Amino acid sequence: MVSGRPPRARHSTIRLHGNGMKPALSVVLLTTLIGAGQGLFLAYYSAEWFVMLAILAPAQTDYSGYAAGLSFLLLAAGLLASFFHLGHPERAWRAAAMWRTSWLSREVIALPVTMLLMLGYTLFKVSDYDPLVFVLGKSIPITASTLVGFGAVLALCGLYICTAMIYACLKFLRQWHSPLTVLNFILMGGASGFTLATAISAYTRDGRFAYFVGMAIFLTLAALVSRFASLLRNKNLRSPSSLQSAIGVHHPTIRQIAQGAMGGSFNTRAFIHSYGASVVQLARRSFLVLGFIVPVVLLQFSSDISWMLCAGAFVLQYLGLLVERWYFFIEAEHPQNIYYQMIS
Amino acid sequence: MTQLALVIDLNTCVGCHACVTSCKEWNTSGEAGPMVDRNPYAAEPTGTFFNRVQSFEVGNFPHTQTVHFPKSCLHCEDPPCVPVCPTGASYKRPEDGIVLVDYDKCIGCEYCSWACPYGAREIDEQQKVMKKCTLCVDRIYDQSLPEDERKPVCVLSCPTSARIYGDIHDPESEASKAINDAGGYQLMPEWGTAPANHYLPRRKVDITVHQEDLQRVDNPLRKEDRGQRAPTTRTTLDDSTSW
Repeated sequence: MVSGRPPRARHSTIRLHGNGMKPALSVVLLTTLIGAGQGLFLAYYSAEWFVMLAILAPAQTDYSGYAAGLSFLLLAAGLLASFFHLGHPERAWRAAAMWRTSWLSREVIALPVTMLLMLGYTLFKVSDYDPLVFVLGKSIPITASTLVGFGAVLALCGLYICTAMIYACLKFLRQWHSPLTVLNFILMGGASGFTLATAISAYTRDGRFAYFVGMAIFLTLAALVSRFASLLRNKNLRSPSSLQSAIGVHHPTIRQIAQGAMGGSFNTRAFIHSYGASVVQLARRSFLVLGFIVPVVLLQFSSDISWMLCAGAFVLQYLGLLVERWYFFIEAEHPQNIYYQMIS
Repeated sequence: MTQLALVIDLNTCVGCHACVTSCKEWNTSGEAGPMVDRNPYAAEPTGTFFNRVQSFEVGNFPHTQTVHFPKSCLHCEDPPCVPVCPTGASYKRPEDGIVLVDYDKCIGCEYCSWACPYGAREIDEQQKVMKKCTLCVDRIYDQSLPEDERKPVCVLSCPTSARIYGDIHDPESEASKAINDAGGYQLMPEWGTAPANHYLPRRKVDITVHQEDLQRVDNPLRKEDRGQRAPTTRTTLDDSTSW
Protein backbone atom coordinates (compact mmCIF):
# COMPACT_ATOMS: atom_id res chain seq x y z
CA MET A 1 0.00 0.00 0.00
CA VAL A 2 1.21 3.50 -0.72
CA SER A 3 2.36 5.06 2.52
CA GLY A 4 0.38 8.00 3.73
CA ARG A 5 -2.87 6.75 2.28
CA PRO A 6 -5.37 6.27 5.07
CA PRO A 7 -6.76 2.75 5.24
CA ARG A 8 -10.28 2.73 3.96
CA ALA A 9 -12.99 0.38 5.05
CA ARG A 10 -13.99 -1.92 2.20
CA HIS A 11 -17.09 -3.97 2.23
CA SER A 12 -18.18 -6.86 0.18
CA THR A 13 -21.27 -5.16 -1.23
CA ILE A 14 -19.79 -3.11 -3.99
CA ARG A 15 -21.36 0.08 -5.18
CA LEU A 16 -19.55 0.89 -8.34
CA HIS A 17 -20.72 4.49 -8.63
CA GLY A 18 -17.94 6.66 -9.94
CA ASN A 19 -16.54 3.55 -11.58
CA GLY A 20 -17.93 4.16 -15.05
CA MET A 21 -16.12 3.75 -18.34
CA LYS A 22 -13.77 6.40 -19.59
CA PRO A 23 -15.61 8.20 -22.43
CA ALA A 24 -14.09 7.57 -25.85
CA LEU A 25 -14.33 11.09 -27.30
CA SER A 26 -14.04 10.05 -30.94
CA VAL A 27 -16.94 7.65 -30.42
CA VAL A 28 -18.96 10.38 -28.69
CA LEU A 29 -18.44 12.56 -31.77
CA LEU A 30 -19.13 9.72 -34.21
CA THR A 31 -22.45 8.68 -32.71
CA THR A 32 -23.79 12.21 -32.25
CA LEU A 33 -22.70 13.47 -35.69
CA ILE A 34 -24.09 10.55 -37.65
CA GLY A 35 -27.26 10.55 -35.52
CA ALA A 36 -27.94 14.16 -36.50
CA GLY A 37 -27.07 13.49 -40.15
CA GLN A 38 -29.44 10.53 -40.31
CA GLY A 39 -32.21 12.57 -38.66
CA LEU A 40 -31.70 15.43 -41.11
CA PHE A 41 -32.02 13.09 -44.08
CA LEU A 42 -35.14 11.51 -42.61
CA ALA A 43 -36.64 14.98 -42.13
CA TYR A 44 -36.16 16.12 -45.73
CA TYR A 45 -36.92 12.79 -47.35
CA SER A 46 -40.14 12.33 -45.36
CA ALA A 47 -41.16 15.90 -46.26
CA GLU A 48 -40.72 15.00 -49.92
CA TRP A 49 -43.17 12.11 -49.55
CA PHE A 50 -45.66 14.35 -47.78
CA VAL A 51 -45.42 16.72 -50.76
CA MET A 52 -45.98 13.84 -53.18
CA LEU A 53 -48.97 12.67 -51.15
CA ALA A 54 -50.24 16.29 -51.21
CA ILE A 55 -50.11 16.61 -47.42
CA LEU A 56 -47.49 19.35 -47.60
CA ALA A 57 -47.49 22.12 -50.18
CA PRO A 58 -44.64 21.83 -52.69
CA ALA A 59 -41.70 24.15 -52.10
CA GLN A 60 -40.92 26.93 -54.55
CA THR A 61 -37.34 25.82 -54.56
CA ASP A 62 -36.54 22.29 -53.42
CA TYR A 63 -33.53 22.30 -51.08
CA SER A 64 -33.75 18.64 -50.08
CA GLY A 65 -30.71 17.84 -52.25
CA TYR A 66 -28.59 20.31 -50.32
CA ALA A 67 -29.96 19.06 -46.98
CA ALA A 68 -29.05 15.53 -48.01
CA GLY A 69 -25.60 16.81 -48.93
CA LEU A 70 -25.26 18.21 -45.42
CA SER A 71 -26.37 14.84 -44.01
CA PHE A 72 -23.64 13.22 -46.07
CA LEU A 73 -21.08 15.67 -44.66
CA LEU A 74 -22.21 14.99 -41.08
CA LEU A 75 -21.80 11.25 -41.62
CA ALA A 76 -18.42 11.83 -43.25
CA ALA A 77 -17.32 13.92 -40.24
CA GLY A 78 -18.48 11.13 -37.94
CA LEU A 79 -16.59 8.57 -39.98
CA LEU A 80 -13.46 10.74 -39.80
CA ALA A 81 -13.84 11.06 -36.01
CA SER A 82 -14.16 7.28 -35.67
CA PHE A 83 -10.72 6.76 -37.18
CA PHE A 84 -9.18 8.51 -34.18
CA HIS A 85 -10.59 5.75 -31.99
CA LEU A 86 -8.50 3.10 -33.72
CA GLY A 87 -4.99 2.05 -32.86
CA HIS A 88 -4.47 1.04 -36.50
CA PRO A 89 -6.72 3.20 -38.71
CA GLU A 90 -4.90 1.94 -41.81
CA ARG A 91 -6.44 -1.47 -41.17
CA ALA A 92 -9.97 -0.11 -40.72
CA TRP A 93 -11.14 -1.84 -43.92
CA ARG A 94 -10.72 -5.17 -42.14
CA ALA A 95 -13.56 -4.22 -39.80
CA ALA A 96 -16.16 -5.16 -42.40
CA ALA A 97 -15.20 -8.83 -42.17
CA MET A 98 -17.21 -10.17 -39.25
CA TRP A 99 -20.67 -8.81 -40.05
CA ARG A 100 -22.22 -12.17 -39.20
CA THR A 101 -21.45 -11.77 -35.50
CA SER A 102 -20.30 -8.23 -34.75
CA TRP A 103 -22.57 -5.18 -34.57
CA LEU A 104 -19.48 -3.01 -34.94
CA SER A 105 -18.70 -4.73 -38.20
CA ARG A 106 -22.29 -4.22 -39.35
CA GLU A 107 -22.01 -0.51 -38.53
CA VAL A 108 -18.78 -0.34 -40.50
CA ILE A 109 -20.73 -1.61 -43.53
CA ALA A 110 -23.96 0.34 -42.93
CA LEU A 111 -22.22 3.71 -42.54
CA PRO A 112 -20.55 3.92 -45.99
CA VAL A 113 -23.62 2.36 -47.66
CA THR A 114 -25.81 5.05 -46.11
CA MET A 115 -23.31 7.73 -47.15
CA LEU A 116 -23.17 6.43 -50.71
CA LEU A 117 -26.96 6.41 -51.05
CA MET A 118 -27.19 9.90 -49.51
CA LEU A 119 -24.58 11.11 -51.99
CA GLY A 120 -26.51 9.52 -54.86
CA TYR A 121 -29.70 11.21 -53.70
CA THR A 122 -27.86 14.54 -53.45
CA LEU A 123 -26.44 14.21 -56.97
CA PHE A 124 -29.82 13.31 -58.52
CA LYS A 125 -31.46 16.21 -56.71
CA VAL A 126 -28.83 18.88 -57.28
CA SER A 127 -28.23 17.99 -60.92
CA ASP A 128 -31.19 18.32 -63.26
CA TYR A 129 -30.93 14.66 -64.15
CA ASP A 130 -33.61 12.84 -62.13
CA PRO A 131 -35.35 10.43 -64.50
CA LEU A 132 -38.83 9.12 -63.84
CA VAL A 133 -38.74 5.41 -63.07
CA PHE A 134 -42.43 4.61 -62.69
CA VAL A 135 -45.69 6.13 -61.55
CA LEU A 136 -47.08 4.87 -58.29
CA GLY A 137 -50.87 4.59 -58.31
CA LYS A 138 -52.09 7.19 -60.72
CA SER A 139 -50.43 10.38 -59.72
CA ILE A 140 -47.26 9.78 -57.70
CA PRO A 141 -44.16 9.95 -59.90
CA ILE A 142 -41.30 7.88 -58.53
CA THR A 143 -38.03 9.29 -59.78
CA ALA A 144 -34.53 7.90 -59.41
CA SER A 145 -33.87 10.21 -56.46
CA THR A 146 -36.99 8.93 -54.67
CA LEU A 147 -35.81 5.34 -55.09
CA VAL A 148 -32.22 6.06 -54.03
CA GLY A 149 -33.54 8.13 -51.12
CA PHE A 150 -35.75 5.23 -50.05
CA GLY A 151 -32.67 3.01 -50.05
CA ALA A 152 -30.85 5.62 -47.97
CA VAL A 153 -33.69 5.63 -45.43
CA LEU A 154 -33.53 1.84 -45.12
CA ALA A 155 -29.76 2.01 -44.74
CA LEU A 156 -29.85 4.78 -42.16
CA CYS A 157 -32.48 2.93 -40.09
CA GLY A 158 -30.16 -0.06 -40.16
CA LEU A 159 -27.28 2.21 -39.21
CA TYR A 160 -29.20 3.56 -36.18
CA ILE A 161 -29.79 0.01 -35.00
CA CYS A 162 -26.20 -1.13 -35.64
CA THR A 163 -24.72 1.87 -33.83
CA ALA A 164 -26.92 1.42 -30.79
CA MET A 165 -26.59 -2.36 -30.72
CA ILE A 166 -22.80 -2.04 -30.44
CA TYR A 167 -23.51 -0.89 -26.89
CA ALA A 168 -26.81 -2.63 -26.19
CA CYS A 169 -25.48 -6.09 -27.04
CA LEU A 170 -22.84 -6.08 -24.28
CA LYS A 171 -24.71 -7.89 -21.54
CA PHE A 172 -22.04 -7.28 -18.91
CA LEU A 173 -22.50 -3.52 -19.25
CA ARG A 174 -25.98 -3.60 -17.77
CA GLN A 175 -26.55 0.14 -18.14
CA TRP A 176 -26.22 -0.29 -21.92
CA HIS A 177 -27.85 -3.71 -22.22
CA SER A 178 -31.39 -2.49 -22.77
CA PRO A 179 -33.79 -1.75 -25.66
CA LEU A 180 -33.86 1.79 -24.27
CA THR A 181 -30.33 2.26 -25.63
CA VAL A 182 -31.55 1.64 -29.18
CA LEU A 183 -34.62 3.83 -28.65
CA ASN A 184 -32.47 6.62 -27.21
CA PHE A 185 -30.04 6.58 -30.12
CA ILE A 186 -32.88 6.75 -32.66
CA LEU A 187 -34.89 9.41 -30.84
CA MET A 188 -31.92 11.64 -30.00
CA GLY A 189 -30.43 11.39 -33.48
CA GLY A 190 -33.83 12.05 -35.02
CA ALA A 191 -34.50 15.00 -32.70
CA SER A 192 -31.21 16.76 -33.49
CA GLY A 193 -31.66 16.06 -37.22
CA PHE A 194 -35.15 17.55 -37.31
CA THR A 195 -33.95 20.56 -35.26
CA LEU A 196 -31.23 21.14 -37.85
CA ALA A 197 -33.90 20.78 -40.56
CA THR A 198 -35.94 23.60 -38.96
CA ALA A 199 -32.92 25.90 -39.23
CA ILE A 200 -32.38 25.02 -42.91
CA SER A 201 -36.08 25.37 -43.65
CA ALA A 202 -36.30 28.73 -41.89
CA TYR A 203 -33.23 29.95 -43.78
CA THR A 204 -34.37 28.79 -47.21
CA ARG A 205 -38.10 29.49 -46.65
CA ASP A 206 -39.03 26.26 -48.39
CA GLY A 207 -42.37 25.99 -46.62
CA ARG A 208 -41.62 22.85 -44.64
CA PHE A 209 -40.94 24.63 -41.38
CA ALA A 210 -44.20 23.77 -39.61
CA TYR A 211 -43.73 20.04 -40.24
CA PHE A 212 -40.09 20.08 -39.13
CA VAL A 213 -40.64 22.13 -36.00
CA GLY A 214 -43.55 19.97 -34.89
CA MET A 215 -41.55 16.78 -35.39
CA ALA A 216 -38.43 18.27 -33.76
CA ILE A 217 -40.37 19.19 -30.63
CA PHE A 218 -42.15 15.83 -30.57
CA LEU A 219 -38.93 13.82 -31.04
CA THR A 220 -37.02 15.90 -28.48
CA LEU A 221 -39.74 15.36 -25.87
CA ALA A 222 -39.97 11.66 -26.73
CA ALA A 223 -36.17 11.38 -26.42
CA LEU A 224 -36.34 13.15 -23.04
CA VAL A 225 -38.89 10.62 -21.77
CA SER A 226 -36.88 7.70 -23.12
CA ARG A 227 -33.57 8.99 -21.74
CA PHE A 228 -35.14 9.75 -18.39
CA ALA A 229 -36.49 6.20 -18.31
CA SER A 230 -33.02 4.81 -18.86
CA LEU A 231 -31.60 7.10 -16.14
CA LEU A 232 -34.21 5.75 -13.71
CA ARG A 233 -33.51 2.18 -14.81
CA ASN A 234 -29.78 2.58 -14.34
CA LYS A 235 -30.15 4.22 -10.94
CA ASN A 236 -31.48 1.01 -9.43
CA LEU A 237 -29.32 -1.51 -11.27
CA ARG A 238 -27.31 -3.92 -9.18
CA SER A 239 -24.56 -6.09 -10.56
CA PRO A 240 -25.08 -9.85 -10.27
CA SER A 241 -21.32 -10.04 -9.75
CA SER A 242 -19.52 -9.42 -6.52
CA LEU A 243 -16.00 -9.77 -5.21
CA GLN A 244 -17.14 -13.16 -3.91
CA SER A 245 -18.12 -14.45 -7.36
CA ALA A 246 -15.17 -12.67 -8.99
CA ILE A 247 -12.52 -14.58 -7.04
CA GLY A 248 -14.70 -17.43 -5.82
CA VAL A 249 -14.18 -16.89 -2.11
CA HIS A 250 -17.45 -16.93 -0.25
CA HIS A 251 -16.77 -14.85 2.79
CA PRO A 252 -18.75 -11.67 3.46
CA THR A 253 -15.64 -9.65 4.23
CA ILE A 254 -13.00 -9.42 1.50
CA ARG A 255 -10.59 -6.55 1.14
CA GLN A 256 -8.26 -6.11 -1.81
CA ILE A 257 -4.72 -5.42 -0.72
CA ALA A 258 -2.91 -5.54 -4.07
CA GLN A 259 -4.15 -5.36 -7.64
CA GLY A 260 -1.00 -6.68 -9.24
CA ALA A 261 0.21 -3.42 -10.73
CA MET A 262 1.75 -0.48 -8.92
CA GLY A 263 1.43 2.22 -11.57
CA GLY A 264 -2.03 1.27 -12.79
CA SER A 265 -2.79 -0.72 -15.90
CA PHE A 266 -4.99 -0.67 -18.98
CA ASN A 267 -7.71 -2.02 -16.70
CA THR A 268 -7.61 1.01 -14.43
CA ARG A 269 -7.13 3.50 -17.27
CA ALA A 270 -9.89 2.37 -19.65
CA PHE A 271 -12.71 1.36 -17.37
CA ILE A 272 -12.47 3.73 -14.43
CA HIS A 273 -12.97 7.43 -15.17
CA SER A 274 -11.41 10.10 -13.00
CA TYR A 275 -14.28 12.57 -12.78
CA GLY A 276 -15.72 13.50 -9.41
CA ALA A 277 -19.33 12.96 -8.45
CA SER A 278 -20.07 16.69 -8.77
CA VAL A 279 -18.83 16.77 -12.38
CA VAL A 280 -20.94 13.74 -13.24
CA GLN A 281 -24.00 15.28 -11.62
CA LEU A 282 -23.40 18.56 -13.44
CA ALA A 283 -23.10 16.67 -16.73
CA ARG A 284 -26.36 14.82 -16.12
CA ARG A 285 -28.24 18.00 -15.34
CA SER A 286 -26.73 19.98 -18.19
CA PHE A 287 -27.52 17.39 -20.85
CA LEU A 288 -31.10 17.15 -19.65
CA VAL A 289 -31.44 20.95 -19.87
CA LEU A 290 -29.30 21.66 -22.96
CA GLY A 291 -30.17 18.61 -25.00
CA PHE A 292 -33.91 18.54 -24.42
CA ILE A 293 -35.51 21.42 -22.51
CA VAL A 294 -33.69 24.41 -24.06
CA PRO A 295 -34.23 23.32 -27.70
CA VAL A 296 -37.93 22.67 -27.09
CA VAL A 297 -38.34 26.15 -25.57
CA LEU A 298 -36.39 27.80 -28.39
CA LEU A 299 -38.28 25.89 -31.10
CA GLN A 300 -41.56 26.77 -29.43
CA PHE A 301 -40.72 30.47 -29.84
CA SER A 302 -39.25 30.15 -33.33
CA SER A 303 -41.03 30.92 -36.57
CA ASP A 304 -40.26 30.26 -40.22
CA ILE A 305 -38.31 33.53 -40.44
CA SER A 306 -36.14 33.04 -37.32
CA TRP A 307 -33.47 30.75 -38.69
CA MET A 308 -30.90 32.07 -36.20
CA LEU A 309 -33.08 30.93 -33.31
CA CYS A 310 -33.44 27.47 -34.87
CA ALA A 311 -29.71 27.25 -35.59
CA GLY A 312 -29.07 28.24 -31.98
CA ALA A 313 -31.48 25.52 -30.84
CA PHE A 314 -29.58 22.98 -32.94
CA VAL A 315 -26.15 24.04 -31.66
CA LEU A 316 -27.27 23.94 -28.03
CA GLN A 317 -29.06 20.63 -28.52
CA TYR A 318 -26.01 19.14 -30.22
CA LEU A 319 -23.79 20.27 -27.34
CA GLY A 320 -26.29 18.77 -24.90
CA LEU A 321 -26.30 15.48 -26.81
CA LEU A 322 -22.48 15.45 -26.83
CA VAL A 323 -22.60 15.66 -23.03
CA GLU A 324 -25.32 13.01 -23.03
CA ARG A 325 -23.17 10.58 -25.00
CA TRP A 326 -20.21 11.37 -22.74
CA TYR A 327 -22.41 10.61 -19.74
CA PHE A 328 -23.57 7.40 -21.44
CA PHE A 329 -20.00 6.09 -21.02
CA ILE A 330 -19.62 7.43 -17.47
CA GLU A 331 -22.85 5.62 -16.61
CA ALA A 332 -21.63 2.20 -17.73
CA GLU A 333 -20.02 0.21 -14.95
CA HIS A 334 -17.77 -2.57 -16.16
CA PRO A 335 -17.73 -5.74 -14.03
CA GLN A 336 -13.95 -5.97 -14.39
CA ASN A 337 -13.72 -3.02 -11.97
CA ILE A 338 -14.50 -5.47 -9.18
CA TYR A 339 -10.91 -6.67 -9.56
CA TYR A 340 -9.57 -3.12 -9.25
CA GLN A 341 -10.81 -1.73 -5.97
CA MET A 342 -7.49 -0.51 -4.66
CA ILE A 343 -4.28 0.64 -6.28
CA SER A 344 -1.31 -0.84 -4.51
CA MET B 1 -12.79 -31.54 -28.44
CA THR B 2 -9.70 -30.40 -26.70
CA GLN B 3 -9.91 -27.43 -24.37
CA LEU B 4 -6.54 -26.53 -22.98
CA ALA B 5 -6.68 -24.55 -19.76
CA LEU B 6 -5.00 -23.70 -16.51
CA VAL B 7 -6.18 -24.84 -13.11
CA ILE B 8 -4.89 -22.54 -10.41
CA ASP B 9 -4.76 -23.75 -6.84
CA LEU B 10 -5.46 -20.85 -4.51
CA ASN B 11 -4.64 -23.12 -1.62
CA THR B 12 -1.01 -23.39 -2.66
CA CYS B 13 -0.36 -20.07 -4.38
CA VAL B 14 1.94 -18.00 -2.18
CA GLY B 15 1.76 -14.84 -4.32
CA CYS B 16 5.44 -14.84 -5.30
CA HIS B 17 4.77 -13.39 -8.79
CA ALA B 18 7.12 -15.90 -10.43
CA CYS B 19 4.37 -16.67 -12.97
CA VAL B 20 4.01 -12.93 -13.66
CA THR B 21 7.68 -12.30 -14.32
CA SER B 22 8.29 -15.49 -16.27
CA CYS B 23 5.19 -14.78 -18.39
CA LYS B 24 6.40 -11.29 -19.16
CA GLU B 25 9.90 -12.56 -19.91
CA TRP B 26 8.71 -15.27 -22.30
CA ASN B 27 6.11 -13.21 -24.09
CA THR B 28 8.08 -9.99 -24.37
CA SER B 29 10.91 -11.95 -26.02
CA GLY B 30 8.69 -13.70 -28.54
CA GLU B 31 8.34 -13.00 -32.23
CA ALA B 32 5.21 -10.91 -31.59
CA GLY B 33 7.46 -8.16 -30.32
CA PRO B 34 8.03 -6.64 -26.91
CA MET B 35 5.27 -5.78 -24.46
CA VAL B 36 5.16 -2.22 -23.12
CA ASP B 37 7.14 -1.66 -19.94
CA ARG B 38 7.10 1.94 -18.74
CA ASN B 39 9.11 3.04 -15.68
CA PRO B 40 9.97 -0.57 -14.85
CA TYR B 41 12.34 0.47 -12.08
CA ALA B 42 10.80 3.83 -11.11
CA ALA B 43 7.99 4.92 -8.87
CA GLU B 44 4.99 4.17 -11.08
CA PRO B 45 5.81 1.08 -13.14
CA THR B 46 3.17 0.14 -15.67
CA GLY B 47 2.93 -1.91 -18.82
CA THR B 48 1.31 -4.81 -20.58
CA PHE B 49 1.09 -8.07 -18.70
CA PHE B 50 -0.77 -11.24 -19.62
CA ASN B 51 -0.86 -12.42 -16.06
CA ARG B 52 -1.06 -10.63 -12.74
CA VAL B 53 -1.29 -11.73 -9.13
CA GLN B 54 -3.71 -9.84 -6.96
CA SER B 55 -4.00 -10.20 -3.21
CA PHE B 56 -7.07 -10.14 -1.03
CA GLU B 57 -7.52 -10.22 2.71
CA VAL B 58 -10.46 -12.39 3.68
CA GLY B 59 -12.11 -12.25 7.08
CA ASN B 60 -12.02 -9.90 10.04
CA PHE B 61 -8.88 -9.32 12.02
CA PRO B 62 -7.47 -11.35 13.70
CA HIS B 63 -9.22 -14.16 11.85
CA THR B 64 -7.94 -13.25 8.41
CA GLN B 65 -6.38 -15.09 5.55
CA THR B 66 -4.50 -13.66 2.62
CA VAL B 67 -5.64 -15.06 -0.72
CA HIS B 68 -3.28 -14.58 -3.63
CA PHE B 69 -5.20 -14.60 -6.86
CA PRO B 70 -3.40 -15.04 -10.21
CA LYS B 71 -5.50 -13.49 -12.97
CA SER B 72 -5.15 -14.01 -16.71
CA CYS B 73 -7.31 -14.76 -19.73
CA LEU B 74 -9.63 -17.64 -18.84
CA HIS B 75 -9.99 -18.93 -22.44
CA CYS B 76 -13.77 -19.07 -22.05
CA GLU B 77 -15.59 -21.85 -23.86
CA ASP B 78 -18.16 -19.22 -24.90
CA PRO B 79 -15.87 -16.19 -25.14
CA PRO B 80 -17.87 -12.93 -25.32
CA CYS B 81 -14.83 -11.11 -26.71
CA VAL B 82 -14.70 -13.14 -29.94
CA PRO B 83 -18.06 -12.48 -31.69
CA VAL B 84 -17.83 -8.71 -31.11
CA CYS B 85 -14.47 -8.38 -32.89
CA PRO B 86 -15.18 -6.65 -36.23
CA THR B 87 -12.07 -7.92 -38.01
CA GLY B 88 -11.87 -11.52 -36.85
CA ALA B 89 -8.55 -10.76 -35.16
CA SER B 90 -9.92 -12.33 -31.97
CA TYR B 91 -10.66 -15.96 -32.43
CA LYS B 92 -11.01 -19.22 -30.56
CA ARG B 93 -9.01 -22.07 -32.00
CA PRO B 94 -11.29 -25.03 -32.65
CA GLU B 95 -8.46 -27.52 -32.24
CA ASP B 96 -7.46 -26.66 -28.67
CA GLY B 97 -9.84 -23.96 -27.45
CA ILE B 98 -7.19 -21.28 -26.99
CA VAL B 99 -8.52 -17.73 -27.48
CA LEU B 100 -5.99 -15.73 -29.47
CA VAL B 101 -5.55 -12.32 -31.05
CA ASP B 102 -4.04 -11.99 -34.51
CA TYR B 103 -1.90 -8.89 -33.97
CA ASP B 104 -1.68 -8.30 -37.72
CA LYS B 105 -5.46 -8.04 -38.07
CA CYS B 106 -6.28 -6.16 -34.87
CA ILE B 107 -7.29 -2.54 -35.50
CA GLY B 108 -7.03 -1.58 -31.83
CA CYS B 109 -10.67 -0.55 -31.40
CA GLU B 110 -10.76 -1.96 -27.84
CA TYR B 111 -14.29 -3.31 -28.36
CA CYS B 112 -13.28 -6.80 -27.20
CA SER B 113 -12.00 -5.38 -23.93
CA TRP B 114 -15.42 -3.84 -23.31
CA ALA B 115 -16.97 -7.26 -23.91
CA CYS B 116 -14.73 -9.18 -21.49
CA PRO B 117 -16.19 -9.11 -17.97
CA TYR B 118 -12.88 -10.22 -16.45
CA GLY B 119 -10.67 -7.43 -17.77
CA ALA B 120 -8.34 -10.03 -19.24
CA ARG B 121 -7.38 -7.98 -22.29
CA GLU B 122 -4.96 -5.10 -22.39
CA ILE B 123 -4.14 -2.78 -25.24
CA ASP B 124 -0.41 -2.57 -25.95
CA GLU B 125 0.22 1.15 -25.93
CA GLN B 126 3.18 0.92 -28.31
CA GLN B 127 1.93 -1.61 -30.84
CA LYS B 128 -1.69 -0.34 -30.49
CA VAL B 129 -3.13 -3.83 -30.62
CA MET B 130 -5.05 -5.85 -28.04
CA LYS B 131 -3.01 -8.45 -26.21
CA LYS B 132 -3.78 -11.22 -23.80
CA CYS B 133 -2.61 -14.58 -22.51
CA THR B 134 -1.85 -16.99 -25.36
CA LEU B 135 -1.47 -20.00 -23.06
CA CYS B 136 2.10 -19.91 -24.43
CA VAL B 137 0.88 -21.25 -27.76
CA ASP B 138 4.45 -20.72 -29.01
CA ARG B 139 5.81 -23.10 -26.35
CA ILE B 140 3.29 -25.87 -25.96
CA TYR B 141 3.65 -27.16 -29.53
CA ASP B 142 7.37 -26.43 -29.91
CA GLN B 143 8.94 -29.73 -30.98
CA SER B 144 12.44 -28.37 -30.29
CA LEU B 145 11.70 -28.23 -26.58
CA PRO B 146 11.94 -31.32 -24.37
CA GLU B 147 8.46 -32.78 -23.96
CA ASP B 148 8.11 -31.92 -20.29
CA GLU B 149 8.83 -28.25 -21.07
CA ARG B 150 6.01 -27.97 -23.60
CA LYS B 151 3.84 -26.20 -21.05
CA PRO B 152 2.94 -22.56 -20.41
CA VAL B 153 5.90 -20.85 -18.82
CA CYS B 154 3.86 -19.78 -15.78
CA VAL B 155 3.18 -23.43 -15.02
CA LEU B 156 6.85 -24.33 -15.29
CA SER B 157 7.96 -21.42 -13.13
CA CYS B 158 5.51 -21.87 -10.27
CA PRO B 159 7.60 -22.94 -7.26
CA THR B 160 4.62 -24.38 -5.37
CA SER B 161 3.06 -26.16 -8.36
CA ALA B 162 -0.08 -24.10 -7.88
CA ARG B 163 -0.69 -24.05 -11.62
CA ILE B 164 -1.84 -27.15 -13.44
CA TYR B 165 -2.08 -27.22 -17.22
CA GLY B 166 -4.05 -29.64 -19.33
CA ASP B 167 -7.09 -30.54 -21.37
CA ILE B 168 -10.16 -30.03 -19.23
CA HIS B 169 -12.29 -32.01 -21.70
CA ASP B 170 -10.17 -35.09 -21.11
CA PRO B 171 -11.46 -36.59 -17.85
CA GLU B 172 -8.16 -38.39 -17.36
CA SER B 173 -5.99 -35.26 -17.51
CA GLU B 174 -4.30 -33.92 -14.41
CA ALA B 175 -6.28 -30.70 -14.80
CA SER B 176 -9.66 -32.45 -14.98
CA LYS B 177 -8.82 -34.64 -12.03
CA ALA B 178 -7.79 -31.61 -9.99
CA ILE B 179 -11.07 -29.84 -10.85
CA ASN B 180 -13.13 -32.88 -9.95
CA ASP B 181 -11.24 -33.87 -6.83
CA ALA B 182 -10.60 -30.48 -5.26
CA GLY B 183 -13.80 -28.65 -6.16
CA GLY B 184 -12.51 -26.54 -9.03
CA TYR B 185 -14.71 -23.59 -9.89
CA GLN B 186 -15.08 -20.88 -12.54
CA LEU B 187 -14.96 -17.12 -12.04
CA MET B 188 -18.19 -15.08 -12.31
CA PRO B 189 -20.28 -18.06 -13.44
CA GLU B 190 -23.32 -15.76 -13.50
CA TRP B 191 -22.35 -14.40 -16.93
CA GLY B 192 -22.45 -17.77 -18.67
CA THR B 193 -19.05 -17.41 -20.32
CA ALA B 194 -17.95 -20.89 -19.21
CA PRO B 195 -14.31 -20.03 -18.50
CA ALA B 196 -11.96 -22.89 -19.31
CA ASN B 197 -9.52 -21.90 -16.57
CA HIS B 198 -10.59 -23.12 -13.18
CA TYR B 199 -9.54 -22.24 -9.67
CA LEU B 200 -9.17 -24.61 -6.77
CA PRO B 201 -10.58 -23.21 -3.53
CA ARG B 202 -8.83 -22.59 -0.27
CA ARG B 203 -9.12 -25.75 1.77
CA LYS B 204 -8.96 -26.21 5.46
CA VAL B 205 -6.05 -28.49 6.23
CA ASP B 206 -6.54 -30.17 9.58
CA ILE B 207 -3.76 -32.20 11.18
CA THR B 208 -4.29 -33.77 14.54
CA VAL B 209 -1.12 -33.10 16.50
CA HIS B 210 -0.60 -35.32 19.49
CA GLN B 211 1.57 -34.37 22.40
CA GLU B 212 3.91 -37.25 21.51
CA ASP B 213 4.52 -35.70 18.09
CA LEU B 214 5.82 -32.53 19.70
CA GLN B 215 7.79 -34.17 22.47
CA ARG B 216 8.93 -37.68 22.01
CA VAL B 217 8.71 -39.82 25.09
CA ASP B 218 12.09 -41.34 24.30
CA ASN B 219 13.75 -38.10 23.20
CA PRO B 220 17.40 -38.42 24.16
CA LEU B 221 17.80 -34.64 24.27
CA ARG B 222 15.04 -33.95 26.75
CA LYS B 223 16.04 -31.02 28.90
CA GLU B 224 15.21 -32.68 32.16
CA ASP B 225 17.40 -35.62 31.24
CA ARG B 226 20.50 -33.60 30.38
CA GLY B 227 21.85 -33.42 33.90
CA GLN B 228 21.80 -37.17 34.17
CA ARG B 229 23.94 -37.73 31.11
CA ALA B 230 27.58 -38.56 31.61
CA PRO B 231 29.81 -35.54 30.86
CA THR B 232 31.85 -35.91 27.74
CA THR B 233 35.56 -35.57 28.10
CA ARG B 234 36.58 -36.01 24.53
CA THR B 235 37.13 -32.91 22.36
CA THR B 236 34.32 -32.55 19.90
CA LEU B 237 34.49 -31.04 16.44
CA ASP B 238 32.77 -27.89 17.76
CA ASP B 239 35.51 -27.37 20.30
CA SER B 240 38.26 -27.40 17.70
CA THR B 241 36.69 -25.17 15.10
CA SER B 242 35.72 -21.57 15.36
CA TRP B 243 33.11 -20.86 12.65
